[in-house]
Amino acid sequence: MVRQNYILRLVSSLWHLAQGLYITMLNFLRPKVTEQYPENRGKHIYFERFRAELIMPHDENNQHRCTACGICQMNCPNGTIRVTSSAPRILDRHLYDIGSCTFCALCTQTCPQRAIEFTNSFEHSTFTKGPLVKQLNRPGSSLKTASE
Amino acid sequence: MNIFLQYILLGVAILVAYAVLALILIYVERKVCGFFQCRIGPNRVGPWGVFQSVADMVKILLKELVHIDKADHVLFRMASFFVIIGSICTFAALPFARGVQAIDFNVGIFYVLAVSSLGVVGILLAGWSSNSKYSMIGAMRSGAQLISYEISSGLSLMTIVVLSGTMQLSEIVEQQSDLWFIFRGHVPACIAFLCYLISGHAETNRGPFDMPEAESELTSGYHTEYSGIQFGFFYLAEYLNMFIVAAVASTMFLGGWQPLHIPGLDGFNAVMDFIPGIVWFLGKTFFCVFLALWIRWTFPRLRIDQLLSLEWKVLMPICLVNLLLMAVVVIW
Repeated sequence: MVRQNYILRLVSSLWHLAQGLYITMLNFLRPKVTEQYPENRGKHIYFERFRAELIMPHDENNQHRCTACGICQMNCPNGTIRVTSSAPRILDRHLYDIGSCTFCALCTQTCPQRAIEFTNSFEHSTFTKGPLVKQLNRPGSSLKTASE
Repeated sequence: MNIFLQYILLGVAILVAYAVLALILIYVERKVCGFFQCRIGPNRVGPWGVFQSVADMVKILLKELVHIDKADHVLFRMASFFVIIGSICTFAALPFARGVQAIDFNVGIFYVLAVSSLGVVGILLAGWSSNSKYSMIGAMRSGAQLISYEISSGLSLMTIVVLSGTMQLSEIVEQQSDLWFIFRGHVPACIAFLCYLISGHAETNRGPFDMPEAESELTSGYHTEYSGIQFGFFYLAEYLNMFIVAAVASTMFLGGWQPLHIPGLDGFNAVMDFIPGIVWFLGKTFFCVFLALWIRWTFPRLRIDQLLSLEWKVLMPICLVNLLLMAVVVIW
């Protein structure tokens, strides 16, 4: 009886070891999907909702849709956005500090004009903090009116 | 004078082959390990990271040899040389291809077994002279492990010696020209092959048997206090011992540098003959190395008492019975 248990245990443990080897071999043969970052630059397609940088789209006449209402600034939890306007509905500067942005997207969701949106460009490293503060409206741009 | 030049050239060739193989093995290990863990492994230095281990070698050569206070300095410095010399001496006796063998004498496999266990002296010295509890425990475990597993690896190799009737490595390889021993030796040769792989794996202090350098409990066992190239020697010897075990397994069981011959298929045999012996040898050896890596990255580490009971209660009895079985097969 004791001897039989010895043999049985031996065979069953060998079987279990073989099962373990089978599992690791499956992992070995599985295609490796690790992203190779600098090599796949420009080739990799990021999904649409990937939030990496806030921009303000401008059309071909250098016009944007921002009415300087300041709702994005009010909703921003970190004080990342600062909107200045010289007159009502005339945007002077839309300043965005990417260094403090948490990409929560409260600004884009609450914007009544859909004037700002997130894009996929994520390479923002700089040597100083200065370039992290960006002005989103281009120089000389104006508000796109409804008639146009 | 001429003969001295010959010896020097031979020595340099063996040392270069040793170092290059170590670099290749370290790269293969890291790459295969990565693949088992669904990673890519080294991929920065050179294409697919092939120069990673060269960069590591340069780094380890430039590192400082830390002076250990209150260590036994003579033994401490000597220990790493013991380990690496034992490993190189074994390496030199391997038959790489037809005629490519540095020492070929009538007790070849006995010599390989004897010299490869010289390494345990170095490991014990390293543990004792470092004057550190981690090193000491690691070395003691290693001594217990290596000496016990030497028995079953010796017994399983003896099974093949019984089958071939000789201990000369070139003669053993020559006899496998028509059929490898693992096929010719029926069941006992297969059992011996399995036992040798397990015990050889344990002898290299790797895989589930890496008790002596169990990182989580002993930092890194007997070479905790070593740094720079002296640590590199232990590292090199560990990897080359893996290669040596695989090479001995392929020489004794898988026909060494002999091509795969199937009796009766003359056309097939002639095609196989075109592949040079060194390719066959390295191919079989790296197959065995891959088996070792596969096992290493699959199983969890054994406890020291499990380790020893595996040897004394399972492997050794099986090997003894197997030896008897092989004697019966040979007589019939």
